[in-house]
Amino acid sequence: MELPAPDPRVIARKPQIVARLRAAIGEANVIDDERETRAYECDALAAYKCPPLCAVLPASTGEVAAVLTVCHEEGVPVVPRGAGTSLAGGALPTADAVILGVARLNRVLETDYPNRTIRVETGRTNLSVTGAVEEDGFFYAPDPSSQLACAIAGNIAMNSGGAHCLKYGVTTNNLLGVTMVLMDGTVVELGGAHLDPAGYDLLGLICGSEGQLGVVTEATLRILPKPEGARPVLIGFQSNEVAGACVSDIIKAGLLPVAIEFMDRPCIRAVEDFSGAGYPDCAALLIVEVEGSEAEIDEQLGLIKQIARKHDPVELRESASAAESAAIWLGRKSAFGAMGRINDYICLDGTIPVSELPFVLKRIGELSEHYGLDVANVFHAGDGNMHPLILFNANEPGQLETCEAFGADILKLCVEVGGCLTGEHGVGVEKRDLMTAQFAPADLEAQMGVKDVFDPAWLLNAAKVFPLDVSADRRAARRGANAA
Amino acid sequence: MLDTLAPDSEAAISEAIRAADGPLRIEGGGTRPIGGLRDGQALSVAGHAGVSLYEPGALTLVARAGTPVAEIEAVLAAEGQALPFEPVDHRGLFGTAGRPTIGGAVATNASGPRRIAVGAVRDFLLGVRFVDGTGTIVKNGGRVMKNVTGYDLVKLLCGSHGTLGVLTEVAFKVLPAPAAQATIALEGLDPTGAVAAMAAAMASPFEVSGAAHDCAAGRTLLRLEGFEAQVVYRGERLEEVLAPFGSAVVDPDAGRGAETWAGIRDMARAHGTDEDIWRISVKPSDGPSVVAALAGARCVMDWAGGLVTAAVPPGTDVRTRLGGIPGHATLLRGGEESRARFAAFEPEPEPVARLTAGLRARFDPRGVLNPGLMG
Repeated sequence: MELPAPDPRVIARKPQIVARLRAAIGEANVIDDERETRAYECDALAAYKCPPLCAVLPASTGEVAAVLTVCHEEGVPVVPRGAGTSLAGGALPTADAVILGVARLNRVLETDYPNRTIRVETGRTNLSVTGAVEEDGFFYAPDPSSQLACAIAGNIAMNSGGAHCLKYGVTTNNLLGVTMVLMDGTVVELGGAHLDPAGYDLLGLICGSEGQLGVVTEATLRILPKPEGARPVLIGFQSNEVAGACVSDIIKAGLLPVAIEFMDRPCIRAVEDFSGAGYPDCAALLIVEVEGSEAEIDEQLGLIKQIARKHDPVELRESASAAESAAIWLGRKSAFGAMGRINDYICLDGTIPVSELPFVLKRIGELSEHYGLDVANVFHAGDGNMHPLILFNANEPGQLETCEAFGADILKLCVEVGGCLTGEHGVGVEKRDLMTAQFAPADLEAQMGVKDVFDPAWLLNAAKVFPLDVSADRRAARRGANAA
Repeated sequence: MLDTLAPDSEAAISEAIRAADGPLRIEGGGTRPIGGLRDGQALSVAGHAGVSLYEPGALTLVARAGTPVAEIEAVLAAEGQALPFEPVDHRGLFGTAGRPTIGGAVATNASGPRRIAVGAVRDFLLGVRFVDGTGTIVKNGGRVMKNVTGYDLVKLLCGSHGTLGVLTEVAFKVLPAPAAQATIALEGLDPTGAVAAMAAAMASPFEVSGAAHDCAAGRTLLRLEGFEAQVVYRGERLEEVLAPFGSAVVDPDAGRGAETWAGIRDMARAHGTDEDIWRISVKPSDGPSVVAALAGARCVMDWAGGLVTAAVPPGTDVRTRLGGIPGHATLLRGGEESRARFAAFEPEPEPVARLTAGLRARFDPRGVLNPGLMG
């Protein structure tokens, strides 16, 4: 993976730039000591590291605007950072970039139960949004696995999903309004507590734009009343194909479970060793969860079990208590940890049409043999968002590269069968160079044209999303302006 | 008047746009002349029709933009599924004939009552293909329901009323059609009481999928959908929730319910009159303030108060009357004089207007796609 060479003119002016930033938001909130900027050298895609020019921690929309105004005037690239949990390198800096962290923007500004909305500053963590309203019987639906740590700012930048989006949608479906600062320091209000946009859906456009169009400082989010109850059933199968067919039959029967999670044998064995969740040793298992009153849950799970029985399950376990529900979820929730104990891994995020599940899993198995690396699959089956975990040894020279080549093949396979490169993690730097597998030049040109409107100088997180050769002319134009 | 251009393929649509030397008026079925009939050469997408992919087990449907909505609904109904966002049929409102197309529903983001619960057209739109103002064919999104690969131009195109590109194909997430439904009515509430009752219902865990109030009739309507036993149970529980607001009457008749909610969706109260029709989007609790500000108008609140359809005497300056209520007002139907005085879409403040104009210049640099409609 390549990053653009830093702009020497920016590096040379570091003292003046830091001084102007300090004047704008205070001495303590600009970090330029090389020991301290290390903390911002990478995100959760830790294979790639680069300390930034400096990091700034503004505490208000006004301070974010002040920082961006300085950077815009100085021609300094800016990389926005939520909590740094991106698995795609979305917050990876370049050496000439200012990291703009929103961690100090963490207040709840307003909870509005009659309208079922909450307005927060975007440095607030995902789970703490629910935390602010759950005593009153509400929750914020998008639930990425990193929800304890990840920030709403990053959720908006990546349009994060989670396990429950089959029913509740992803971030963009739960976002009503934002306050955003453009690269030139202009503050923009998009949406609000009303439902539809006045003109173009700019809110929909900026959600998932990976911090390339503006820095979102405040957000109005939709909150929902908590369901009366929820209960999972665990179903084990003799093959991936049968499990895939069962998913399809459940959906065709008119049921809309809140989650359908899928694990294959390598994953089941690893989590069983790690967590002792009591999973059966089988080729594939599903965890299907439904919501409602006790009677409603009984009815829906009854139908699901009826469908499952037609697929000769090797295990069919309905939770009878909160403790059993927790046990069923335990293995799934500890899957990544269990993998991490075995080896280093990379986690992929492609989405496929659900109907292609058996074929794709078979093909991944073949690729695994070809590359000589093990892979475990755990994913959201209801929406086709796969998370193949490829295991490798980072200390063995060349294995990371082999692993990445394997990953690229899987993602291209996802695109070939009608899916996409990334379902919820984002493109970042990780999948940037694969974009041409999914998009024609005209498709990328249309997207880059949007960035031209919001950030004409291509200063915001510009080394991401688009292959470097595709965005080269636009980025070079900015360098030219700096040189002039 | 020139003959309508009627290309029957994406390539032909691209060619027609490339060849255009003046403004084009983009049509699907020609049933939604929002903002009035405009000048320019008509370009109809109706000839580019047909469902290209439907996978019930994946809740996915892909159709060419000219496909009639009715055809899609029939294909889905055969598998017990439906478009979740209840696309508005504008024929009664505008007195138009023809067949509403799926491309038109997307271009206008015209969502019905279920929008308050599950979302708008844009929330179920997974992918688009479109032709921009230079004739370039662009695809964005796809056919899977989780996809964050690149910018979301799907949302940008949805509701852009043909001003950024001409849609050629659209992909949706669909949902199971509810097996049963019930409509719950409360009588005699004023707008403030009605919005309070609707808010209480929406805050319950019973997944209310419609919440509307007809101000003239003083009738508040709530809808439950789901499995048979579920709807019965939820109806009983919702009656308890609504007890402080009066005695609720539960009507489980699906046929009557479908008619009632289609009437709300299609703004039946405004059919066949010569009034101006405004669609006002505000936060739900501001619905009563809108109704009060427009005293004398015939108002129906949908989306728990968040969408007010107001029928007003021709020429009424609704935006001025609404004053500082946050949100926006669209002149959906208006006479010639009103259309001359009021922009169809709420003028946007700087700097949003600058971004909007910038996007339009990018996607339609020659200004040939429905010019002037959205600013």
